Amino acid sequence: MLTPSEIEEIKHEVERAGRGLNASVEALKIVQRQRRWVPDEELEEVSKLLGVTTHELDAVATFYSFIFRRPVGKNLILVCDGPACWMLNGHMLAETIKAELGIGLGETTKDGEFTFLPISCIGLCDKAPAMMINDDVYGGLTPEKVREALKKYR
Amino acid sequence: MSAKDPQAYPLTAGMEMNGKAVGLQKYEALGGYEGAKKALLQMGPAQVMQEVKDSNLRGRGGAGFPTGQKWSFVPMGENAPNTRYLVVNADEMEPGAFKDKFLLEGNPHQLIEGMVISSYAIGASVSYVFLRWAYKEAAKRIEQAISEAHSKGYLGKNIFGSGFDHEVRLHTSAGRYICGEETALLTALEGKRGIPRAKPPFPQICGLWGKPTVVNNVETMANVPHIIRNGAKWFKEISRSSDGGTKIYGASGRVNRPGAWELPMGTPLRELLEIHAGGMKDGYKLKGIMPGGASTEFMLEEHLDTPMDFDSVPKAGSRLGTGTLMVMDHKTCPVGLVLNIMEFFARESCGWCTPCREGLPWLTGILRKVEHGDGNPEDLEILNEHIPLLGMGRTFCALAPGAIEPLQSALKYYKQDFEAHIEKKTCPYK
Ligand SMILES: Cc1cc2nc3c(=O)[nH]c(=O)nc-3n(C[C@H](O)[C@H](O)[C@H](O)COP(=O)(O)O)c2cc1C
Ligand code: SF4
Repeated sequence: MLTPSEIEEIKHEVERAGRGLNASVEALKIVQRQRRWVPDEELEEVSKLLGVTTHELDAVATFYSFIFRRPVGKNLILVCDGPACWMLNGHMLAETIKAELGIGLGETTKDGEFTFLPISCIGLCDKAPAMMINDDVYGGLTPEKVREALKKYR
Repeated sequence: MSAKDPQAYPLTAGMEMNGKAVGLQKYEALGGYEGAKKALLQMGPAQVMQEVKDSNLRGRGGAGFPTGQKWSFVPMGENAPNTRYLVVNADEMEPGAFKDKFLLEGNPHQLIEGMVISSYAIGASVSYVFLRWAYKEAAKRIEQAISEAHSKGYLGKNIFGSGFDHEVRLHTSAGRYICGEETALLTALEGKRGIPRAKPPFPQICGLWGKPTVVNNVETMANVPHIIRNGAKWFKEISRSSDGGTKIYGASGRVNRPGAWELPMGTPLRELLEIHAGGMKDGYKLKGIMPGGASTEFMLEEHLDTPMDFDSVPKAGSRLGTGTLMVMDHKTCPVGLVLNIMEFFARESCGWCTPCREGLPWLTGILRKVEHGDGNPEDLEILNEHIPLLGMGRTFCALAPGAIEPLQSALKYYKQDFEAHIEKKTCPYK
């Protein structure tokens, strides 16, 4: 269930955007802020606030890479899978993450702490290979630097 | 990039190596917002548009469409619709591109000033920045710049007492490459699934919520204040080609100094690679360069003397695109690289057109087979056959035609590498 403050925030976004559907992405991001994903129940509540059908809203939710319709971990590890990183062996970083956390791409650790996903080129090509953990960016990665970075979130 | 001559390096003057943004005070000291003041107080919208036309500014989003001309398609005058929009494309998801990020983080006020002037030229009272999800730092800096500009009266009501009102709004997306295509971007901004629209009508006639809309790239916008402040003639003079101005070039890959630099438009590829990027790393030789992102054809050693501008690069069989080079060395497998790129495009297809939705995954599968040593000679024929099938005119947008550009040139330039994978039944680079 949406909290009263979430409802307020979404209403505010709808007002700011003028029309309900215009605020779809913002509203879905509000739902995700605490839960980290968008469950069916909240999707339905948001669609009512926006004045659209659940299908219209789900069409938007399922379109975007970073609106999640399934649970994800507390921390998102996003390793760049773009060509500039690939050339500098960015794809090998997956092995380090697997060794450290036991998860491959698309998987979440059993304790719900980490989800590991690919991300399209993040504009750190001059510092390849690169990744993001939540909002933080890391470039010039080596297995050692990946291990160091992960420690901060444990 | 400190203490550069603002006349020669207008976009990056004042930017420091420390990664901090040029603050409002510093920007003002460099002449910031004087272009906006001049436009709003001394020039009419038509005059601003004419100046931009005369400057030969070409869109930096990749296609190089002349900016002044694009604006001139917007219906103006008494009978035209009152509501018009300017939308800045800050989606920058093209693999290998990082120039807009550099400008957004480096000098957000320059963008805002460009938006105020451009909006004045087309009579837009609201403009949007459409920013990609991953650019978190840029988002913070743009928000801050918008609020600073407000408090100084550079945004809001009656700017400089000119009677012109303007608001800039930031929209952060949620991650899909196709949202960078301008009509998909507008659909996404309306809160719907970001799928392209059929053209015509073009956005300048029927864009955001059906209103006349101009979509311009971040770097395009960043040039506008300088053109107005220093004039079209100056803008043409700082270029080394017939396209006006400077260009943010960049390089990644196994070069000594990967990075981004502002240089005169038309700087030859050789200078970018050998001087600015510092040449190839020890032990690595040049095998090819994608000059402007993952949707541009490879260029070779023999093309190094090409001036990097919108008209010259096509003569060397490629496109300027974003101008951020991806440099491939001789120890990197071209088949593997093209496979990586094709996987990206197949994933990012919006699914509207059959050649794109079905063709890209199909090609990806074949490339994967070849890369992993399971290919046969017919596979190369199938790959070649698909090139025209995904070309321009067969799809609603340029994603699929862009996706096959690297494949097409790899099949031509690196044929032996493809054949070696098939003969040896493994990737010879492993
Ligand atoms: C699949 C696809 C993705 C695109 N992505 C971007 C992008 O991220 N940024 C951008 O400025 N232009 C992008 N473009 C080009 C835009 O459609 C549009 O031409 C551009 O924003 C116009 O700006 P300009 O005239 O200032 O160059 C893309 C085009 C296609 C077909
Ligand atoms: S070419 Fe691909 S991405 Fe573009 S509209 Fe067609 S299906 Fe969508």
